[in-house]
Amino acid sequence: MGIIIDKNTRAVVWGITGTQGRFHTKLMLEYGTKIVAGVTPGKAGTKIEEVEVYDSGKEVQEKNHANAAIIFVPAPFAADASLEALENGMKTIIIITEHIPIKDAITVMAYAKKVDATIIGPNTPGIITPDACKLGIMPSHIFKPGGVGMVSRSGTLTYEIAAGLTRKGLGQSTCLGLGGDPITGLNFIDALKMFETDPQTKAVVLIGEIGGNLEELAAKYIKDNRYPKPVVAFIAGRSAPPGKRMGHAGAIVMGKAGTAENKIEALRNAGVKVAEKPSDVSELLANTVKT
Amino acid sequence: MKLFEYEAKTILSKNGIPVPQGGLAADSSQARQIASRLKMPVVVKAQVLVAGRGKAGGILFAESVDETVNAAEKLLQIQIKGIPVRNVWIEEKIEIKRELYFGLTTDRFRQQYVTIASASGGMEIEDVASKNPEKVLTTPIRPDFGFHPFQSREIAKRIGYSGPQISELGRILEKLYQVGMEFDTELIEMNPLVEASDGKFYAADARMIIDDNALFRHQEYKKKLLEGESELSPQELEAVKNDLAYVKLDGDIGIIGNGAGLVMATLDTIQYYGGKPANFLDVGGGAPSEKTALSLKIVLSDPKVRVLFINILGGITRCDEVAKGILEAKDKVGVTKPMVIRLMGTNEEEGKQILTDAGIDVLESMEEAAQRAVEISKKGGR
Repeated sequence: MGIIIDKNTRAVVWGITGTQGRFHTKLMLEYGTKIVAGVTPGKAGTKIEEVEVYDSGKEVQEKNHANAAIIFVPAPFAADASLEALENGMKTIIIITEHIPIKDAITVMAYAKKVDATIIGPNTPGIITPDACKLGIMPSHIFKPGGVGMVSRSGTLTYEIAAGLTRKGLGQSTCLGLGGDPITGLNFIDALKMFETDPQTKAVVLIGEIGGNLEELAAKYIKDNRYPKPVVAFIAGRSAPPGKRMGHAGAIVMGKAGTAENKIEALRNAGVKVAEKPSDVSELLANTVKT
Repeated sequence: MKLFEYEAKTILSKNGIPVPQGGLAADSSQARQIASRLKMPVVVKAQVLVAGRGKAGGILFAESVDETVNAAEKLLQIQIKGIPVRNVWIEEKIEIKRELYFGLTTDRFRQQYVTIASASGGMEIEDVASKNPEKVLTTPIRPDFGFHPFQSREIAKRIGYSGPQISELGRILEKLYQVGMEFDTELIEMNPLVEASDGKFYAADARMIIDDNALFRHQEYKKKLLEGESELSPQELEAVKNDLAYVKLDGDIGIIGNGAGLVMATLDTIQYYGGKPANFLDVGGGAPSEKTALSLKIVLSDPKVRVLFINILGGITRCDEVAKGILEAKDKVGVTKPMVIRLMGTNEEEGKQILTDAGIDVLESMEEAAQRAVEISKKGGR
């Protein structure tokens, strides 16, 4: 099981002829993901890793029935690519590209809502349901199937924690990165809801960071709904000074808002166990649940 | 990218939002020139981007031309939170009847722009929102609908206005929204937007932050940023030019990592073990070896750094590329400080091999590596 993607996911890679697009198409295919086509305007008729390249999303769908897209194109063109995928019926869009302008991201999210599609990202490592499907750039060998659902605002920090879980024998149902840009498609609450109804998921790991209030809202949701599965969290940025943007456009403490302390307190109040260091997540989880 | 008050006010004024009459001065003769064409009294305001300018003594009042020149001279000699004042903005003092707040920002949860209005202007809006949430009026803007005059008139009415002032205030709010859209701002605010004793409205202070990710659409400002017109340190500027995220901190452990979350967690872990990070540096995704070399150069240009901690988890970044970059930099930059390196992920084995062959140790665990870096820093970098 797991959430959002599975063995029936048929994906199109936007920007498949670029260095990253090509490299990760190869890795996704090796993992067993069904990549049915690629799009790069002007490159129709060529092949990348045996995958047919098309000029447009429309031409892809004349021959394929793709239901997902993964976007690698540069930021100035990423919103256009995402809208093209949505307009051509793809219902799960993973936007790997980072640094998409806020105005563009807002347009994409609004249209996705209208056509009832799911957007993961931008600035996400993607999503992986171990041994079933991977639409992303994460190193797959650190993930193993199991009962832990992971949702995160960070890429590499997720790998860090996932590797720790796997070493302890705690496999994962699905791991997804919400994305580090200020405006992202899914949020923590969306992911918590999906993990709640997924029978494979026995516990959830939530990885947040400074900036915004998505973690506080998630804490409120967990508390108000008496979330039925154990949740363990880690929040990055305790040592971040206020007013400084820590890499992610969204990771900034403004005045008193968005501090790690605020988020940790809100989560602890909701009964979530919050780890002090990344490696403590697997310990807390192992004590909480046998998966 | 934060704009200076004078830049924001110039933009607002060009777009039909009234601002007090004023001018920019970089020396006393310019200050005299501006003061002599303005109506007294005036306000002299240091043009710096750091917050808390007023409390730090960056705003002075003057009743005459001579007083204005004195005030300008005084401000042009001081530093505000370590930033030297290069320009002052001199403007006519408005006789204030009421101070309002109006701004446009984004709501991440709703994935929409929102307007924020309040009749309690002049204070930090976050403080008003936390103490008196009922005094802050938030209006989400549906992307497929936009923001229209009738909505801005409704806001004007709800914060207590009536009669012809509704349309005038409404017009200003709508203009602010339009400027925000045109300039791709992540924040644009008038705080305060003042109602003068004659019933007219003026943006007495203005703040604009252009979305860094949209700077490619605003080349004029991007150029200003790269030419160092903002308040970035030389290292920060070098990082911006090369698409690296660098933040200078006070400690002695230089940090390089990939991925904002991981670098933040690395800083936190260093702090957990009693060490002090010298910086935040995220080399980003897919970092080629030249970028790694440049990162080392930037971090090492801080003389306080005693030890380097490189923490790389490969996803889009390949560990072998990073390893090559480290060796390249070691030769080019002449790294003499001890390095603690941790590699994991895509092409991990190749990366480790490259470094091990060159006689550099690679650690597996982040905690272990962090502890090692803290130990070295405490021994003074040996």
